[in-house]
Amino acid sequence: MPKMDFIQVKVKRQANPRLKPYWEEYRVKYRPYMNIITVLQELRKNPHTFDNRPSSVIAWEASCLEEVCGTCTMVINGRVRQACSALVDQLGESITIEPMTKFPVVRDLVVDRSVIFRSLKRLKTWVPVDGTHALGPGPKMGPDEALERYEMSKCIACGCCMEVCPQINERSEFVGAAAINQVRLFNSHPTGKVIERERLKALMEKGGIEDCGNAQNCVKACPKEIPLVTSIADVNRQMTLNLLDLLKK
Amino acid sequence: MTPTSTRSFWLRRLHSLSGVFPIGAFLLEHMFTNSFILQGPEAYNEKIEFLRHLPYVAVLEIVFIGLPILYHAGYGIYVWMTGKVNLRWYPYAQNWLYVLQRWTGVMALVYIGVHVYETRIVNALYGTEVSFARMQEIVSQPQMFWFYVIGLLAVCFHFANGLWGFCVSWGMTIGPKSQRAAGIFSGILGLTIFGAGLNALIYLIQ
Repeated sequence: MPKMDFIQVKVKRQANPRLKPYWEEYRVKYRPYMNIITVLQELRKNPHTFDNRPSSVIAWEASCLEEVCGTCTMVINGRVRQACSALVDQLGESITIEPMTKFPVVRDLVVDRSVIFRSLKRLKTWVPVDGTHALGPGPKMGPDEALERYEMSKCIACGCCMEVCPQINERSEFVGAAAINQVRLFNSHPTGKVIERERLKALMEKGGIEDCGNAQNCVKACPKEIPLVTSIADVNRQMTLNLLDLLKK
Repeated sequence: MTPTSTRSFWLRRLHSLSGVFPIGAFLLEHMFTNSFILQGPEAYNEKIEFLRHLPYVAVLEIVFIGLPILYHAGYGIYVWMTGKVNLRWYPYAQNWLYVLQRWTGVMALVYIGVHVYETRIVNALYGTEVSFARMQEIVSQPQMFWFYVIGLLAVCFHFANGLWGFCVSWGMTIGPKSQRAAGIFSGILGLTIFGAGLNALIYLIQ
């Protein structure tokens, strides 16, 4: 364990979406086993900069504190990850914390990731079963298939895969790996399959699967270790196999 | 007709396809024909004459070489502009290949431009004969020799890595295992055509 008394923390602040961001430096007393959430909690208790000027309380979000909700995703020492599983003992005594860069900042470290939800709605990533009446038992699924689909289903929509994607930026509308993975998840569901063409067609629209540049950072960044590259390639295969039908309007 | 909203999908797929067929196929043919340099001026000049007198040669040149390269380059530059490099924090091997694919694409475009001017456009404009001797004249200048070597390397890398990407984009290689196998295959193919091209270049200056 590194020996340190204080941690130097630099946080990128932004009061609201219209104002310019700025950096503020803080000093936090070190305790063993701290993570970035506890660092931010310390700063909330005592919102003073390193030279003891009063500072405002930093806005940030967190929920589960065990890397399963994705809420506290932020850029820590340059790389995107969840603050709850970012351990100070592994990060060193000088730490920078920034909001994610691919989503609009709401305030300080809070970003608006609703674009992911909008993409999922556009791509119809659900099983289309209407009404409350009984439909009888659904089709069965083998254990191998269930296991494969379980891996895809672990997505927490944290946005890490989008943050690290070189193809997602202000010049491109790429939908990102998470949403494409959901298309694969629901296109491989026995009942979800019935609208597979609709999903593929939606993925052909501007910013769709063709914008993937194969940099494959997504699969490295995913905290849930979802085989995102495999998902994109699999949906690419579905595109190819349906190419002639997709040509139709 | 396809609705305009899916236009970028089809244009991108066409870009991917054009890189392999016909451009990649032409590259393989070109490197193979170049290798006749090893059999001396007569054999090589004979192949040039053969190709120059193919039926519909102008159509073949424009439809299977000129237009596909122009389209692939033009759309490629557009694709390049839509990306934003982030190697500083995410310096993974695959991310490097993503960036190198863009850089070598631009390098290849410059190289091919010069090469086509020197070996085809001068012929059309001034009637300069393209032959073993002409190639020797070009690459015996040291700076042109190295320009050709670097250009060849860029083209071969761009083709090999592009072929690997083609396999992913069309869903031929899905899992990490098949992607690795395709990577090895593409790498060997790229090195082979680079070796063939380099060998011909070296033979020319000996």
